[in-house]
Amino acid sequence: MSKRTIIPFGPQHPVLPEPVHLDLVIEDERVVEAIPSIGYIHRGLEKLVEKREYTEMVYVIERVCGICSFGHGWGYCKSVEGNMEIVVPERAEYLRCIWHELSRIHSHLLWLGLLADGFGFESLFMHSWRIRESILDIFEKTTGGRVIFSVCKLGGVRKDISAEGLAEIAGILEGIKGELTELTEVFLEDYSVKNRLVGVGKLSYSDAVELCTVGPMARASGVVQDIRLDGHGAYGKLDFAPVTEEAGDCYARCKVRIREVFQSIAMITQAIAQIPEGDIAVPVKGMPQGEFVARMEQPRGEAYYYSIGNGSKFLQRMRVRTPTNMNIPAMVKTLQGCDLADVPMLILTIDPCISCTER
Amino acid sequence: MSEEKHLVQEFVTVEASNLLNVVQDLKAEGYRLGQICAAKLAEGYQLLYSFDKDHVLKNLKLPVAEVGELPSITLIYWPAFIYENEMQDLFGFKFRNLALDYNGKFFKVSAPTPWKGEEK
Repeated sequence: MSKRTIIPFGPQHPVLPEPVHLDLVIEDERVVEAIPSIGYIHRGLEKLVEKREYTEMVYVIERVCGICSFGHGWGYCKSVEGNMEIVVPERAEYLRCIWHELSRIHSHLLWLGLLADGFGFESLFMHSWRIRESILDIFEKTTGGRVIFSVCKLGGVRKDISAEGLAEIAGILEGIKGELTELTEVFLEDYSVKNRLVGVGKLSYSDAVELCTVGPMARASGVVQDIRLDGHGAYGKLDFAPVTEEAGDCYARCKVRIREVFQSIAMITQAIAQIPEGDIAVPVKGMPQGEFVARMEQPRGEAYYYSIGNGSKFLQRMRVRTPTNMNIPAMVKTLQGCDLADVPMLILTIDPCISCTER
Repeated sequence: MSEEKHLVQEFVTVEASNLLNVVQDLKAEGYRLGQICAAKLAEGYQLLYSFDKDHVLKNLKLPVAEVGELPSITLIYWPAFIYENEMQDLFGFKFRNLALDYNGKFFKVSAPTPWKGEEK
């Protein structure tokens, strides 16, 4: 029997933009157990509800993550709006949907770049991030921000996009489709890329269900799960079906995210074609008194936003459960039995966001 | 086109003595664990267990008078260890039969159980 050795992985590691630590128990070059440890960047953001009024708290929740910040802001608003029975104007719901899907494209392209960087394909990394710049430019033009937008507020949105602006967005997205197609060919067909991803870190359908996995991680194992199907916002009026793959390996997770980029472009195009004229916000009156659980399909998967009001301007509790929370158990499972050299790829393909996880 | 399932908010109150039975039934019915969190209320605390089936939510509310020992659901839903360790570290709850117990070292917080607050 081989001797067991424990190798510490992280919290600082070239493939980890944020700190997470793993104790990897290995026999020869094979991982037999992985014990995760987080908590290096716990900021106590949820606790701030005691000091920030419920109308201001959206700015805090947006800062849970720098990549899916818009979705977090929307999720918070959705929870408090549900709590206070606020009906958001239809145009605002469409605008929220457009910005959220743009965030998904931005997030997935960022991830694709990091993945390419992780397996040493630097030009692929640069091309992914070059295309992503076009999306950040749209954010800047429509909201004024490239990372934190502060455009989502209780009762609707803070800024409208003109018909010309929407047409311009549709044009930009149509333009980058060709570039994305070229990129896709390299990610999915290149020999060296496939060599690093195919068959690595398999998560079976039954394990994905048993481990309550969410997002692209679950869908790459054949689980049909996408919170956008619950009909919130404008999603109930858009025609789409969750992107799924069957293999459950790193390659399948990459494929799901690439296909989701194209899906988001199609959804934004639909939303632009359907968006009605009208108000973009309604006034918010009174104080939240009740509770509501809202959910969002963030780029990394399902996120929860639970608010409890007590009739004052401060919420009693605000809970944010982010997708990586739910994917850590699956990551631990897929690490068992993998080669030590594949650990970075495997961790990358769950697209972990530790800032989100620790809040 | 989808139904508006997001508006369905089902909250069921359970007692600690019956929690494992109810959770076991939900697992048998095909529910997926969504999240668990604790909240300090004006009087006592509340734990919320959220489950999902076909994009419809079911929430179990577990009211508790004070921070103490509770049954762990990790033998039914193993991924619950993330939430139960979080509640141990931030609120001071102790979970019996926790499958993966970090013994208060999951989150690296500068003060122990910072969210417990002053108990009445």
